[in-house]
Amino acid sequence: MLEGKHGNAVKKSMEILAALGNIFGAEKLIPVKSVQISGVSYDNLGDAGLEFLGIMAEDGKIKVKTTLNPAGMDMENWKALGIDPEFARKQKLVIEAFERMEVETTCTCTPYFIGNKPEFGDHIAWGESSAVTYANSVLGAKTNREGGPSTIASALTGLTPEYGFHLDKNRQAHFIADVKARIDNPMLFGALGNVVGKIAKGRIPLITGIEKATTEDLKALSASIVTYGGAPIFHIEGITPNKTETPEEKVTVTQEDIENAVKEMNDTDDVEFIFLGCPHCSLEELKKISELLDGKSVKKELWIGVARPIKKIADEKGYSKVIEDSGAKLACDTCHVVAPLKGRFHSIATDSAKGIFYGRGKNNFKTIFRTREECIKLAV
Amino acid sequence: MHKTGGVRMKGRKIFSGRVEGEALVTNEGISFYGSVDPDTGIVTEKGHPLEGKSISGKILVFPSGKGSTVGSYTMYRLKKNGKAPLAIINKECETIVAVGAIISEIPCVDQIDTDSIKTGDRLKVNADEGVVEVEK
Repeated sequence: MLEGKHGNAVKKSMEILAALGNIFGAEKLIPVKSVQISGVSYDNLGDAGLEFLGIMAEDGKIKVKTTLNPAGMDMENWKALGIDPEFARKQKLVIEAFERMEVETTCTCTPYFIGNKPEFGDHIAWGESSAVTYANSVLGAKTNREGGPSTIASALTGLTPEYGFHLDKNRQAHFIADVKARIDNPMLFGALGNVVGKIAKGRIPLITGIEKATTEDLKALSASIVTYGGAPIFHIEGITPNKTETPEEKVTVTQEDIENAVKEMNDTDDVEFIFLGCPHCSLEELKKISELLDGKSVKKELWIGVARPIKKIADEKGYSKVIEDSGAKLACDTCHVVAPLKGRFHSIATDSAKGIFYGRGKNNFKTIFRTREECIKLAV
Repeated sequence: MHKTGGVRMKGRKIFSGRVEGEALVTNEGISFYGSVDPDTGIVTEKGHPLEGKSISGKILVFPSGKGSTVGSYTMYRLKKNGKAPLAIINKECETIVAVGAIISEIPCVDQIDTDSIKTGDRLKVNADEGVVEVEK
């Protein structure tokens, strides 16, 4: 494949994978079951990224199941989100390049909700740090935290170099984070991710003291822990499926640690824009949001991020109508992190600790970190 | 034509190519995304030793890359804009720069003692063989 017999895109892909393998001391390339491509928003790619995709799409076709990260806009309903038409034109060209590669162009950070759900032990090559962490930690699949070009290379060859989190020896916990605090909703799991991620600094925690966690809680923790400095894998005693050695080092996470983290993620009271669904909402979350918005009318801009196939189910169940009747907007394919929102708003309220980090870093927003219920109260 | 007394260093090929040119050296890491203007090739990162300098047409020598993986696409943008470095020499190349060099087709060699190269040195890079020669 390196010689170019399989075309230029495959040749370039093999060069990328071989170089990564060499750098990280991989002994071989191994097959992957699925790929999640990151680097989809035109806001991040620019014209050069778009041109690179065009070249790879000339003769590149995917070899394994491949899904896409969020784009810079809702691909159908972008006008309602106030997206510039020129940006929309470029974003469509990005998606068309992926279509030529035969990628499933459903743009979401939660591919595991829409049929790209690996089994325990599967090797995969995923970008999108929250999905990488969820796949490694909650599903027990094995992936490194890939960048945009390397995910494309894996999609077009079905291969990835075997190093890092593909090897069990690199998936063992380094320290225990013993939680002595009340953690019982996605927002607080996000706050826990902030605290543990900062302690971890790239190492892997074994979290103890958590009695139960919903899918939504684990999604929030996955997104947060890796954003705030942890490795893209964690263990929770009695909850996550991977086996790990029990480390000696033990750190206690107190109620005060959590409260301080929450306080630190709040720096304004002036709400302009509210975003729920970072990472994208599950059907269960849409149901709860629709119950909270039932019969209400929103006074602030409220966006709810969701994968399009989940929205379609919500349409049938009637959740979408209740949400949209309130004036809130269901934003498919996108989110506040990758949409071109800098300058459009000055502050954001969200229940996502990851959303706070990128709201500040990428869009220069002041932030309000509250539960889903409190965010809805701020909107109506 | 042959100069004597040059230093020949053997490293590892990341992306192939042979070039000769002038070294621009920093002992700080470089993040291409957000720190180098893809339209001008000028380093914009506040407080970086190369702040305000152009990397285009130079053999860029630095220890290792840093920052967001979008940096690989920034390197590609530099190349398309004709503002890319001639070659890249690293102490330890990491994913972002390696992938950026490959997709942008910028000759790149690592495992080189970058401290022994000074800004303004004439370098001969044979990335195919992983060889960097400093002309004295």
